[in-house]
Amino acid sequence: MRNTNIPIKTSSGPVADPIQAGLAAGWNVTDCAQLERDGSMEADVVIIGSGAGGGVTAETLALAGLKVLIVEEGMLKSSSDFKMREAEAYPALYQESAARKTKDKGINILQGRTVGGSTTINWTSSFRTPTDTLAYWGKQFGLKDYTPEAMAPWFEMMEQRLHIAEWTGQPNENNDLLRRGASKLGIPTGIIHRNVNGCWNLGYCGMGCPTNAKQSMLLTTIPSALQHGATLLTRLRAERFVFKGDRIDALECLPLSADGLQPTGRRLTLRAKHFVLSGGAINSPALLMRSKAPDPHGLLGKRTFLHPVTISAAQYEQRVDGYAGAPQSVYSDHFLHTGPIDGPIGYKLEAPPLHPVLLSSTMSGFGNEHAKMMQQFPHFHVLLALLRDGFHAEAPGGSVALNSSGAPVLDYLISDYVWDGVRRAMLTMAEIQFASGAKAVTPVHEQAPSCTSWAQAQQVIKALPMKVLATRVVSAHVMGGCGMSDDERLGVTSSQGRYHGISNLSVHDGSLFPTSIGANPQLSIYGLTARLAAGLAQQLTGQPAPRLVAA
Amino acid sequence: MQTSRRSFLKIGVLGALTLAAGGAIYRVANPPQPGRFILDGEARNVLAAVIPAMVGSAMMPADASARAAAINACIERVNGAILGLPLTTQKEVQDLFGLLALGPARRFLAGVPDGWSSATPQQIDAFLQSWRTHRIGMLQTAYLAMHDLIAGSWYANPANWAAIGYPGPIKELS
Repeated sequence: MRNTNIPIKTSSGPVADPIQAGLAAGWNVTDCAQLERDGSMEADVVIIGSGAGGGVTAETLALAGLKVLIVEEGMLKSSSDFKMREAEAYPALYQESAARKTKDKGINILQGRTVGGSTTINWTSSFRTPTDTLAYWGKQFGLKDYTPEAMAPWFEMMEQRLHIAEWTGQPNENNDLLRRGASKLGIPTGIIHRNVNGCWNLGYCGMGCPTNAKQSMLLTTIPSALQHGATLLTRLRAERFVFKGDRIDALECLPLSADGLQPTGRRLTLRAKHFVLSGGAINSPALLMRSKAPDPHGLLGKRTFLHPVTISAAQYEQRVDGYAGAPQSVYSDHFLHTGPIDGPIGYKLEAPPLHPVLLSSTMSGFGNEHAKMMQQFPHFHVLLALLRDGFHAEAPGGSVALNSSGAPVLDYLISDYVWDGVRRAMLTMAEIQFASGAKAVTPVHEQAPSCTSWAQAQQVIKALPMKVLATRVVSAHVMGGCGMSDDERLGVTSSQGRYHGISNLSVHDGSLFPTSIGANPQLSIYGLTARLAAGLAQQLTGQPAPRLVAA
Repeated sequence: MQTSRRSFLKIGVLGALTLAAGGAIYRVANPPQPGRFILDGEARNVLAAVIPAMVGSAMMPADASARAAAINACIERVNGAILGLPLTTQKEVQDLFGLLALGPARRFLAGVPDGWSSATPQQIDAFLQSWRTHRIGMLQTAYLAMHDLIAGSWYANPANWAAIGYPGPIKELS
């Protein structure tokens, strides 16, 4: 029996695994770890990455009748592999075993590395790109055709394709505490839209959905592309582009060992009329840097944004059971809208799922202090504040560079302007938690004690030294680095997603964003890349692009 | 404990130099195998000493042999977790354990006078607390790496879930 107050919806009988079924039916999927000799392949379009951008592009182009090759560094894992255990999920499904860090190790970054990319392991929260973010892009980067009206049909199409709708279940207690606490303080909250179909309310989205309810790329666009003749190459690292004049002649790829840690020594050369880079906002710029792609204005890999996240943990008399139930269902944008977008940094409030590995490693302290806190695990409620970086000169994001082995390292310095937001967000979260009945609140900081009153928390937070390594900062949203602008002095890609100076390269992923989004970015990536992929399909085939529809 | 805290404060630049030299000495003595982390005997001793201090005695089984088994299980999980990291990160962790295995570094940087196997809980607590708040960023990151690896590995183990009231995922699907 399950010892929790969160209702789950089960279905009878075993859960079918559509990926295993597709493989049995003859999908073209090659695990490149097994390749025994060097080789080469050709297609109309090579897509690098199978996450939000790569998935949408792959389905669009495959439906348009183009021969598509998808390159993925991760493995193909599916529902029969997803056992809801952190010890297995993080090494198998995340970049660097979920321990990817910025250069100074001050920010831990959660990013997917599996077929479906981060969509396979995200928490399903879906927001359209905020209106004020689009307006800022128009004003600062000349992206005049990125109005809410111009984007609306693309968001609508992807919402329909991926079953994105407001969550109609009861929020779990971990999320409801945000709603109740904020409401006591007169702070408005909303219900999150999720890309799920028949969700069981289990709470393990971050370890791969075991019931195939989450409408990730793994379950939607990638299977559809494979059904339409696309080829998927897994455990294959895109190493560098080879240029001939202003065109990419080939993509050199390195098959990886089964554990994904090193090249096997084999080589695979891919040729295509067109290449689409969808490796995400750290790996996409890195591939371009390894390839020495043109970058006359020094913009490549710059302005990489993270929505730096600060964390506040609280304990309650009642059980919260933060490991169970839809991980994110309540949010507040109040503190994004209290000032101008380019004023003091704004933040979005959400709750995260709580599981033993992630919580125990995120909570600071050691010894019995840490043990006592962990003994309260079912009574824990945690709030996150996602800071909206990229809209102010003091929040210019980080920059990607390559280490000696050619792997990307993100250098992201947190300015005093951003730290000011961290402090304000910690105050907000503590106040909300005390308003919802917390017995104690601990801002996640090496020097923060557990506070038993709002007055004490205020005093503590106002005095905390805001410094990297002392303050826990994490991120699950990596954006920018290949920013869009038709003015080559402001961005390395055009408003059509074409890389400036290379005639057969598009970038279709979150690296296109010239600022952070100010919301969980998956739907922004879906909508934007659906639009770009439709344009690309039309250019490559001379025919109107097909619409994506739910299966 | 007071003495060891004060001696940490004095380390400063000298400490940073020792750390750099320690890494270099370790690398000369153990030429880098471009490869994977190797959990050698002294690294095991470091972990056996640090795990109970990091996780907390409140979480340790009372029975001595159960306690040893729980610590060993955690060591194996730490090893497994390290082996899933990129090779460059595995090398950083190897260097950290190599440094901690060197007598001078153990004495002057960690404040542990004799071997790790004979360190007292008070000495380990003082070592963790001093690195946690050290002004040399590299030692802070080393503390955080040990914190995340050890806490994460301890609570990854289903055997340790009952103690925190975590029922685990539903049996039907896990």
